[in-house]
Amino acid sequence: MYQTIYHRASSVDEAVSLFGKSSEAKFLAGGQTLLPVMKQRLASPSDVIDLGKIKELQGVELSGDVLTIKAGTTYFDIMQNADVKKVIPAIAYLTSVLGDPAVRYRGTIGGSIANNDPAADYPAALLALGATVKTNKRSISADDFFQGLFTTALEDGEIITAVSFPVPAKAGYEKMRHPASRFALTGVFVAQTKSGEIRVAATGASQSGVMRVPAIEAALKGNWSPSAIDGVSISASNLLADIHGTAEYRANLIKVMAQRAVAAAG
Amino acid sequence: MGVEGIGARVVRKEDKRFITGKGRYVDDIKLLGMTHAHFIRSPHAHAKVKGINSAEALKMPGVVAVLTGQEIVDDKVGNLICGWAITSKDGSPMKMGAWPAMAPETVRFVGQAVAVVIAESKNLARDAAEAVVVEYEELPAVADVHAAIKSGAPQLHPEASGNQVYDWVIGDEGATDAAFAKAANVVKLDVTNNRLAPNAMEPRAAIADYDAAEEHFTLYTTSQNPHVARLVLSAFYNIAPEHKLRVIAPDVGGGFGSKIFIYPEEMVALWASKKVGRPVKWTGDRTEAFLTDAHGRDHVTHAEMAFDANNKITGLKVKTYANFGAYMSLFSSSVPTYLYATLLSGQYNIPAIHAEVIGVYTNTTPVDAYRGAGRPEASYLIERLMETAARQLKVDPTALRRTNFITQFPHQTPVIMAYDTGDFNASLDAAMKAIDYDGFAGRKAKAKADGKLRGIGVSCYIEACGIAPSKAVGSLGAGVGLWESAEVRVNPVGTIEVLTGSHSHGQGHETTFCQLVAERLGVPISQVSIVHGDTDKVQFGMGTYGSRSAAVGLTAILKAMEKMESKAKKIAAHALEASEGDIVIENGEFKVAGTDKAIAFPMVALAAYTAHNLPDGMEPGLKESAFYDPTNFTFPAGAYICELEVDPGTGKTSFVNFVAADDFGRLINPMIVEGQVHGGLAQGIGQALLEHAIYDASGQPITASFMDYSMPRADDLPSFNLSHTTTLCPGNPLGIKGCGEAGAIGASAAVINAITDAIGKNNLEMPATPDRVWRTIHAA
Repeated sequence: MYQTIYHRASSVDEAVSLFGKSSEAKFLAGGQTLLPVMKQRLASPSDVIDLGKIKELQGVELSGDVLTIKAGTTYFDIMQNADVKKVIPAIAYLTSVLGDPAVRYRGTIGGSIANNDPAADYPAALLALGATVKTNKRSISADDFFQGLFTTALEDGEIITAVSFPVPAKAGYEKMRHPASRFALTGVFVAQTKSGEIRVAATGASQSGVMRVPAIEAALKGNWSPSAIDGVSISASNLLADIHGTAEYRANLIKVMAQRAVAAAG
Repeated sequence: MGVEGIGARVVRKEDKRFITGKGRYVDDIKLLGMTHAHFIRSPHAHAKVKGINSAEALKMPGVVAVLTGQEIVDDKVGNLICGWAITSKDGSPMKMGAWPAMAPETVRFVGQAVAVVIAESKNLARDAAEAVVVEYEELPAVADVHAAIKSGAPQLHPEASGNQVYDWVIGDEGATDAAFAKAANVVKLDVTNNRLAPNAMEPRAAIADYDAAEEHFTLYTTSQNPHVARLVLSAFYNIAPEHKLRVIAPDVGGGFGSKIFIYPEEMVALWASKKVGRPVKWTGDRTEAFLTDAHGRDHVTHAEMAFDANNKITGLKVKTYANFGAYMSLFSSSVPTYLYATLLSGQYNIPAIHAEVIGVYTNTTPVDAYRGAGRPEASYLIERLMETAARQLKVDPTALRRTNFITQFPHQTPVIMAYDTGDFNASLDAAMKAIDYDGFAGRKAKAKADGKLRGIGVSCYIEACGIAPSKAVGSLGAGVGLWESAEVRVNPVGTIEVLTGSHSHGQGHETTFCQLVAERLGVPISQVSIVHGDTDKVQFGMGTYGSRSAAVGLTAILKAMEKMESKAKKIAAHALEASEGDIVIENGEFKVAGTDKAIAFPMVALAAYTAHNLPDGMEPGLKESAFYDPTNFTFPAGAYICELEVDPGTGKTSFVNFVAADDFGRLINPMIVEGQVHGGLAQGIGQALLEHAIYDASGQPITASFMDYSMPRADDLPSFNLSHTTTLCPGNPLGIKGCGEAGAIGASAAVINAITDAIGKNNLEMPATPDRVWRTIHAA
């Protein structure tokens, strides 16, 4: 690790102010990506601004048909939360299969989506559920937020404060784990909104990060069942390929995981 | 056996310190004035080193020195050696290229060191290393054996034309050809044995401490064999004579073979310590482990097996290309030859065998012994062949094996090994019963109805362990003898220290070796301590590898115990005024047989040291040593059967059951044996399903971190069902065969045989990743 200056912010405003005073600062949420990268000397921020103790970034709120998870809430707290389990159990499940216990105690939803790793689980949930990302400056729809590998709509120094999920009629998530990293080799989140819209998002599969899967959405429209996807053909072009999964395999996984997610959603 | 004797499930004495964080590993050691080394390593698979500019680095804070490959060559530190000479079929010796500890001119694999920064802290050394400018001229590289032997391929070493180290043969080619000419059926198979990274939990580390006044070096290092390290460093690397070099291997966190070898970092640390006049510490990180710990396996093989009309094997032909990486590591030459081809007879009566092994240089990390070392490759090949044959001949795979099992012992194979004993039917019976083999067809049908593909796979392995008779291995080219030594020191109060040349780095010697003493003397194991891992304490030793510590190391302890007991009996007889022949040892007492006359063992020890009343002419003291050279290899064997299901949608494998019936001869501590089997099976299953050290065509490693290299985890593995069938080894007095490698040797074939049974296609390479299995299922 290179030398860096550590700051612990006590409020979002203080964090923003600290960021403005530093030359190349990084916000630290759960540190599950930033710290390993710094340890390997692949990142050298001049300053690290820890958001972990900011009270306004903690907690889950259910208000009518909207579930709001504050950005600094850890995976462990999300998967344990009664409201999450009650209104969007698919999020509780996704969180329970994310990483390992050590990751779940430290990692946060805000950190995950700000990083937008192409194999992260949460981006698929946000995209399929049509969530809204709240920052210290504005609200951004999930459709606009995720902009490719490790790229989001966030501006320099902008801090995610919360994610709001409209409570769906049905939702499910299934993934095939990457054999080595245990990230999603391919994961698919399926959702049916209360207004009847079908939204399906796949993570780990596309060269441009999390993506909607229109072919599966179309197949599920009017026939919410695994077998509705039987005839769907997913193109392997523009999908990721590596030693653990060819593009063709990932195309197959999009379909198989979608079927299993629909089955899980009920 | 007593509660702590041979055969007792004694809880490991060493675990208290390990599980409370009190283990003392090399990196835990801090010496006064210690500096820290960071190596500058090649990012290229093959390149000329055109220049190294360390001017800026030397100006940085805390930098003590920047030392280069040219300097270590100039100081006449020897090149790394390969300790087993192999002769090619044309009679020529193997062709070795020079391997300096740091490359002065040419780098041949990614990660090869070209220079080292010595600084006041590890972090300062890393900072300065980034300021050292190394100018490389890239050369074409080759990573794959088939590519490396093609004409026009990039050449690694001028000494080895065509990148060929040797072309070695074993067996009778004429007899084998004749068998094939008469064969009723011939079964052919191409297999790749995937390259593995050893991944001990503790990365390699070294601290070198030069004492200028005494001209004496101390090396703390992560070694499985500290005396061998001292011998090689002294005899070949020109570091220091043996009496001026102390090698200490304290607690070592796993080795699996990778810590047998003496590595460049240890040589550089010693040399640098003298140069800078201060202790030098190097602790490798995980990336360095992936890049520089000797890898394992990496064979490409074509094999054919001939059968007569009764399904009896009549001949076996094997041609193997072994990838050695960029340099010949310490025992690398022996692995695909004498540790591999000599086991090609498996558990079967094969009248004629011929094998050819071509060793090849590539621009990859050097390859050497890794848990099983050659025997997993042989066992995998033979057991895949037997399964393939059963499918082709349309017979039950267990029946085909039984038709060909060796049942008479001793049995001389056509490939050197003489099996001393075994009962292959017994272990197969036990495994088949444990897994309910007969009920499999019903279970498969039921799984099919649930949309799952269920398969069963058998693997009947044999290995040669307890290496080895020194005379035998000497005649085959080994540079060392493979005996073991021990010393039993009884203290005046009757406590006992056992000094052993074996080295424990996870095996539990501090418990099992005490159990032998408890068995013989009837004293509690708390009265016994095991001393190992320090060349100043233990006179000599060959170390721990090849499942040899119990069969060879413990037998040496037994020999020393017998000498000590003999003297103690004389002292006891003298004190009890009885005849030496009437003295028996029971429950910590020396007794006159058939009487109530007895003297407690501590009193015998005290008498030996007070020397007030010893038999006339007897020397005081109670301390004996012994060297034990085995008469033969030992031959652990067993049957593994794996039942699993494949998800046709994803290609993912899930275990239903895994049974292992092993014959290890006598077990000292069944609990520790089970732990060894669990670990071995995990590594064998890891090879079958997950692990693969991969290079791209230009020699860049693709799997240099756990984000890409799949290590098996608990949830990848089934709960193992273990049992033992026992034939005592006649070659050593304790009847021990060894258990350390069996799991890694036998497991992978069982898994691949089961998956290929499940999916109904025979050709599937390791690792059988979900992607690969899915593509195989859906291939035309």
